[in-house]
Amino acid sequence: MCLAIPMEIIEIKGHRATASAYGVNRQVDITMTPDVIVGDKVIIHAGFVIEKLDPQAAREIEEAWSQYNAVMDEEELKKQINEC
Amino acid sequence: MTAAPKLKEMAEAFSARVLSRDVRIMEVCGTHTTEFFRTGVKDIFPARLSLVDGPGCPVCVTQNEYLDRAIEIGKVHGAIIATFGDMIKVPSSYSSLGREKAEGMRVEVVYSPVDAVDLAEQNPGSQVMFLSVGFETTAPAEAIAVRTARERSIKNFSILCGNKVTVPAVRALLDAREVNIDGFILPGHVSAIIGVNAWKFIADEYKKPCVVVGFENHDLIRGTQMLLDLIESGRPELLNEYTRVVRDGGNLKAQEIMYEVFDTVDTEWRGIGVIPGSGLALKSGFAEFDAQKKFPVTPPPPKEHPGCRCGDLLRGLIIPTDCPLFGRACTPERAVGPCMVSTEGPCSAYYKYGRK
Repeated sequence: MCLAIPMEIIEIKGHRATASAYGVNRQVDITMTPDVIVGDKVIIHAGFVIEKLDPQAAREIEEAWSQYNAVMDEEELKKQINEC
Repeated sequence: MTAAPKLKEMAEAFSARVLSRDVRIMEVCGTHTTEFFRTGVKDIFPARLSLVDGPGCPVCVTQNEYLDRAIEIGKVHGAIIATFGDMIKVPSSYSSLGREKAEGMRVEVVYSPVDAVDLAEQNPGSQVMFLSVGFETTAPAEAIAVRTARERSIKNFSILCGNKVTVPAVRALLDAREVNIDGFILPGHVSAIIGVNAWKFIADEYKKPCVVVGFENHDLIRGTQMLLDLIESGRPELLNEYTRVVRDGGNLKAQEIMYEVFDTVDTEWRGIGVIPGSGLALKSGFAEFDAQKKFPVTPPPPKEHPGCRCGDLLRGLIIPTDCPLFGRACTPERAVGPCMVSTEGPCSAYYKYGRK
């Protein structure tokens, strides 16, 4: 299942990194995107970062998400992150 | 900075759009199938617009023979089967991984293919076979798992390769000319790997408009609007709605890793048949990780449930509710076909979200 929710890279150790969204942290692999840095917003699939988001677009998208979250159950968002 | 999309206004404009004729669009990605329903965007489709499901769920298009072989390897060779959770309830010809697990087979759900390598390392006395199923989004991760096993000299890890690539399947659908599709919603994350340009043939050779689309509700609305603009103005072009993630050439590093480990081969898709160049197989240099070579078995002859219409559905010939088994003999709890059990399956999406 492709996950729409972008996560933020908060720590990098070699090819492993910690990504975070909505208070949920995930261990991810950055082999496919070796140029990611802490602070990048990324898309995760099957435990791997497959691409990083264009930073300006990521900011715009956050506002769209905040509208969505206003009507969406936060537990559902966390569940989606954990299932990815 | 551009103003952020205002969902309410976008949704109202979309819903109120007046189409000059009936329009049929196909979504190629299984996650789009589900997200159009889950977000409610399908409920606000303009009048005269219909969505046809394509072959975009990797579990759904996997032939029964694949799972039959996996189960036979588990039985005959005692291998631990590591798999994504989606495969557990999928019916094989005679059983399912879930049923075999209940009867004692060791079946472990993993979130990442590399977790299966760790599982092999933690179980040095057993063989661990990962069920490698997925499109271009997943295949690089599976390639990295194979490379990791080699780097860590883990000899008891292998993959049963059932990977497929999407571009030849869309071409096959267009060549078959069975379904009249006005335009395509193209997969966001497959395209993140292969790039926008991989789809150019749809517009150039088949003269069909198509748009690469993301997965959030405003992506679905904006992407569909862009596709309708192309269709209504008679412009067979390729556009990218998901520019924040998808580049023209895709993720070159991921492509390099994928084709370092895999070769393209002909493979069979449920309902569609053999499509040239649409499958992935381990290159000969990685043969030691190929479960099909490592564990010879003769699975029982595959069989399909006689009433199951997953094949017709995956070709876009019917929608789930056209199948006589839908919601009666076939439900997510007791699925007859894979399209009802996979989270990306069209029948699962219709059952969960689409029944009014």
